[in-house]
Amino acid sequence: MKLLKYFSVFAVALLFSCSSDDDTPIQINETEDLIFVQEMQNETHTITIFTEDGSLKQGYNKIYFQIKDGDDFINNAEVSWMPVMHMTAMSHSGPHSEINKKANAETLYEGYIIFQMAQNDSEYWELSFNYNVEGAEYVAKDIIEVTPTDKNRVSVFTGNDDTRYIAALIEPDSPKVAVNDITVAIHKMENMMSFPIVNDYQLKIDPRMPSMGNHSSPNNEDLLQSDSDNLYHGKLSLTMTGYWKINLQLIDESGEVLKGEEVTETNESSSIYFEIEF
Amino acid sequence: MEKYIYFGLMFLLTFGIKAQEEQKEVKQDSLIVPEELVEIILIGKNSNKHHYENKSLATIETYLEEANSVDFIKRGAYAWEPMIQGMASERSVVTIDGMRIYGACTDKMDPITSYVEISNLSKAEIKKGQAGAENGATIGGAIDLERQKSEYENSGWSGNAQSSIESINEQKILGAALQYTSNKVFADVDLMYRDAENYSAAGNEEILYSQFTKYNFSVVTGYQIEQNKSIEASFIFDEANDVGYPALPMDVSLARAYIGSLEYISNPEGEFYKEWKTKIYYNDVTHIMDDSQRPDVPIRMDMPGWSKTAGMYSKLKGNFENHSWDLSVNGHFNNSLAEMTMFPEDPNENDMFMLTWPDVNTIYTGLFAKDQYLINEDFSAEISLGMGVHNNNIQDEFGLESLRIFYPEMEGSKTRFLLNTGAQISYSTHPWTLGLGLGYGERAPSVSEAYGFYLFNSFDAFDYIGNPNMVNEKSLEMNVSTRYEHKSFSFSVNSAFYHISDYIIGKPDPDLSPMNIGINGVKVYEQLPYAQLWSNDLSINYTFLKDFTAKAKAVYRIGRDNENSNLPLIQPLTFEAGLRYRKNAFYAEAILESATKQFDYSPEFGENQTPGYSVFNLALSQIFYINAQKMILKVGGENLFDEYYSTYSDWNNIPRPGRNLYANVIYNF
Repeated sequence: MKLLKYFSVFAVALLFSCSSDDDTPIQINETEDLIFVQEMQNETHTITIFTEDGSLKQGYNKIYFQIKDGDDFINNAEVSWMPVMHMTAMSHSGPHSEINKKANAETLYEGYIIFQMAQNDSEYWELSFNYNVEGAEYVAKDIIEVTPTDKNRVSVFTGNDDTRYIAALIEPDSPKVAVNDITVAIHKMENMMSFPIVNDYQLKIDPRMPSMGNHSSPNNEDLLQSDSDNLYHGKLSLTMTGYWKINLQLIDESGEVLKGEEVTETNESSSIYFEIEF
Repeated sequence: MEKYIYFGLMFLLTFGIKAQEEQKEVKQDSLIVPEELVEIILIGKNSNKHHYENKSLATIETYLEEANSVDFIKRGAYAWEPMIQGMASERSVVTIDGMRIYGACTDKMDPITSYVEISNLSKAEIKKGQAGAENGATIGGAIDLERQKSEYENSGWSGNAQSSIESINEQKILGAALQYTSNKVFADVDLMYRDAENYSAAGNEEILYSQFTKYNFSVVTGYQIEQNKSIEASFIFDEANDVGYPALPMDVSLARAYIGSLEYISNPEGEFYKEWKTKIYYNDVTHIMDDSQRPDVPIRMDMPGWSKTAGMYSKLKGNFENHSWDLSVNGHFNNSLAEMTMFPEDPNENDMFMLTWPDVNTIYTGLFAKDQYLINEDFSAEISLGMGVHNNNIQDEFGLESLRIFYPEMEGSKTRFLLNTGAQISYSTHPWTLGLGLGYGERAPSVSEAYGFYLFNSFDAFDYIGNPNMVNEKSLEMNVSTRYEHKSFSFSVNSAFYHISDYIIGKPDPDLSPMNIGINGVKVYEQLPYAQLWSNDLSINYTFLKDFTAKAKAVYRIGRDNENSNLPLIQPLTFEAGLRYRKNAFYAEAILESATKQFDYSPEFGENQTPGYSVFNLALSQIFYINAQKMILKVGGENLFDEYYSTYSDWNNIPRPGRNLYANVIYNF
């Protein structure tokens, strides 16, 4: 009888130890393909930030993070975040998405932030997380490094409707000589701190190679918003490697061109564009 | 002026060149079956034997031009593209000793004829229409360039040296050959070198970028295993560099081919067949276009191309009662790859790269059978049947994705079945011979027509995109020929009509933006319901006063598409008249070449109306004997009246050379 009791206690202990062994492999796998960017700490938690290439850059960034309390992962937090650029004269935010758990992940949270500009000597970005774990509110924030890109992947402009818009190129990230899927996030500025997504617009694209007679490519498809992710999707045709300028025109729900011009014999490029070089 | 004096002081050794047109007569034991669909051009030493003359320019193209059914698209002084019955390379098959070779240039600057020299060849056999389907599916016909080789005769060592100079482009030609024959072995080695500067049109107008330099080295050797069995090995190395194409925006920095084969030949007695030849071969072609010599280009680009072909054939010939039959099986594998890299002005910017031929594999296997049947003394018939399976496969993912920009659903692989068949009947009752024939043949689209990606055509200034979804092009042909031969007078008339369905041609697509700068637009290959071609030629020959021969020939073609618009590159009425005087070891010949104004031309293809012209040539030849060696000296002049002219097939109206004086000497030892 005593043997059975000891045996069952032993068995339970074994079961528990097994499960904690199962925990650690999951965390390692979840950030396997990602590269560490930086860590933020408050009194209780550590937030570790990752991206695919280990940096935060001007334009669209897909950001992943984990929240840890000591060695334990916090998998059930409700998180919101706010990037703020501290400029000499004022501060403003930038477009950012909601935060959700990455699909099929236990510990990894994800979202995107679009940085309209990079930092410089006197101006910097700060990212703060506001999150709730089992009823308790926490804040973690730190200065982040946003590097500039030499090719234009985000376009900030004021439309004919006096609204400030931000369009950021999400994909193709590794363009190919083919018809590529193109995805763009379009946000507008409501005020200094609020940049909601724009709905039901259309983004026309006209990719050109300025070094080669400004020739275009066939079978491009203008971008329309998708219901599944609220981002704008289309087709970008690239007929060769090299430097391409993707000329843009933003069109509102009534069909009015808010910004951007058609490329013609006399007009070499639109005032808003993305750049790709591969 | 100095160059004429200079040339006048130089008499070097050269090849004697002759071209001879004759009706092919196939002698198989006692069977004599006339073949109206075949023209044979003797080349080099072979033509020497009969001491016929020719323009001693000594390029293979010049020889082939003597054939009524062959004409050339000329893009400069070098590498003219042959057309058979008015149809260019996609619709014809050019082989070297039965070996298939594919060019490595997307812009057709390297037809197969440019990779051999006359020193490699003994004759060219031109078969018109479906009669040319033995080595591959064709619509217009086939040219087989036969290698020159010695016999197994116990002659020991012999050789020759040749040299030539031409005034119009300061072309220097040097060649040397060495042969060894015994009862068991023969070996022929020959070398040829050509170097030409820019040529001048009439009035001393220099045509820039028309220079070329070419080296050719070849070896052919045979070993007789037993009485009627032998093996032969052949190798040709041909390299041209610094070749200019005045009609095109780019030149060629390198065009090089390695052509090798191994063949087993058996001519047994007492078997059901009388000849069995089996050959395996491999050739490797590299072609690099470059525009570094041109001062003014919209953008600098490199366009290299590579083509490799491996193949085999096995041919059986035999006689059975009144039948003379041929049976052959052949197959080949080709890989064609061509790239285009453009260099932007800003050196920090990435280069622009695309695949113009997306690494396409072609595999063809075919069967061909032909029977010539002597019905009776007057009638003979010939039927032929060829069947082949043809597969294309795009090897490179990058290339396939490029084409999928236009054809998102396209597959990387496509297989076709090709059928070629012909029937001829011939009625021969001296002095007349009449021939009538029908044929049906299919061909697959070429690599450029199916898979080309922004190929620039300077004739119409359009970019061309291939179409992988095309079906076989099909041709229904009918031919009629007459020949009259009596004592010293003969004439022949040949007429062939082709109804080509699913005719492949590029048509402009207004929605597409051209790739290259300064271009009219983009054409995509598509298929017209049909196009029709009618090709006619007439030859007359008359010998008189024992030593004089007068000859004349005329060629006329018409090509129309299904809307009755003219097809491009169709020969207007062209004729040639000549008078030759031959006595013992001397001859002299005067020739007049003329063409009418080009009435039928295609503006849609960028053609303009070429005016008529007349050109006068004179040639003299004398054989000398020094000790026991034979020396042949030829001098001559072409375009003696310095006429400024251009023909319908001169790409972009590049003018032809003005007055040219030449001297060749051949020395045989």
